[in-house]
Amino acid sequence: MEYLSLFVKSIFVDNMIFAYFLGMCSFLAVSKNVKTAAGLGVAVIFVLLVTLPINYLLNTYVLAPDALIKGVDLSFLSFIVFIAVIAAIVQIVEMVVEKFSPELYSSLGIFLPLIAVNCAILGGSLFMQQKDFLNIGEATVYSLGSGLGWFLAIVSLAAIREKMSYSNVPAALKGLGITFITVGLMGIAFMTFMGIAL
Amino acid sequence: MDAKLKETILNPIFKGNPITVLVLGICSSLAVTVTLKGALVMALSVIVVTGISSLILSLLRNTIPGRVRIIVQLVVVAMMVILVDQILKSFEATYAIDKQLSVYIGLIITNCIVMGRIEAFALGNKPWPSFLDGIANGAGYGLILIVVAFFRELLGSGTLFGFDILNRFGYVPNNLVILPPFALILLGCIVWVQRSIQKDLQEK
Repeated sequence: MEYLSLFVKSIFVDNMIFAYFLGMCSFLAVSKNVKTAAGLGVAVIFVLLVTLPINYLLNTYVLAPDALIKGVDLSFLSFIVFIAVIAAIVQIVEMVVEKFSPELYSSLGIFLPLIAVNCAILGGSLFMQQKDFLNIGEATVYSLGSGLGWFLAIVSLAAIREKMSYSNVPAALKGLGITFITVGLMGIAFMTFMGIAL
Repeated sequence: MDAKLKETILNPIFKGNPITVLVLGICSSLAVTVTLKGALVMALSVIVVTGISSLILSLLRNTIPGRVRIIVQLVVVAMMVILVDQILKSFEATYAIDKQLSVYIGLIITNCIVMGRIEAFALGNKPWPSFLDGIANGAGYGLILIVVAFFRELLGSGTLFGFDILNRFGYVPNNLVILPPFALILLGCIVWVQRSIQKDLQEK
């Protein structure tokens, strides 16, 4: 039950985009049509699901105070370790996907390298460090939930933007401006989930 | 100072602003703008990180092989962010702000402005202009941050830098302004104003 609660909470209440604005750069740049948006969304779910548990293990058994050697606190190294793990995993994932599934590679192709600098991935690891999960199961559920939340957000924005291209927006507001305002309104809609407790 | 250098400094602040024109570094810019104090600390941190990492990578630009440059950039930027984070943590006055900014200081590493300016400018230019370019882009980012934070703190809490401004006149703080989505709407309005002034930025 706890897992379910964490899962639902990380998708809707702690949504990466609407509650924390993580991964905004690619969120705004790649949300012009639903198909590419879904591709990037899947890639983000995948990379989060792989990197977050690994960073959890590193954080618990290497970086936490007294974890590796008694009396040594390595937590100041966490930024550099997390980003190195993410960059390395993205590279490995890219090579594995290219080798075993060329179709998936060609559809994700350009998005994979971009993900290394997507704030949602590093943000997920940093939130994991703050939340003090009890075991790796919780960390994995959290990573899956956050990834799904991100996917949901980018696909729905892309759908709205596809429809919006037919409407008559003031010239100065076209493109970026109206997208910001749309995301803001979607964020307010997502706030309805805030009261939910499972 | 020659004209080109002046252009390097002035362009990112308004005409080529990293947030409203290049759409870089949005992630961290919105969550830290609930109070002016937080926004100011974040802006200064980003200025320091972009300035000095641009300088270091510009010095190293001829020795880094092209294929591994991304990872070298990430290491240098991560090192600068760790330094800033440790400095903020070590003073009593800034410790509370560091706690308030929580993960967003760490997220300067993946702030697209830092990487973007290194890729686009520092790797092809001499150290001094790169340093100035980094500082100026950080300042352009900081400017937007401070404008957004000004409105959010004034309307959301009725204060500025924690000093009471509106509440004494019987103003009831508007909680909607404190909520995250309002930052986006405000940013949308800033883009609207800027594009009404600079017509050449409007999208077709």
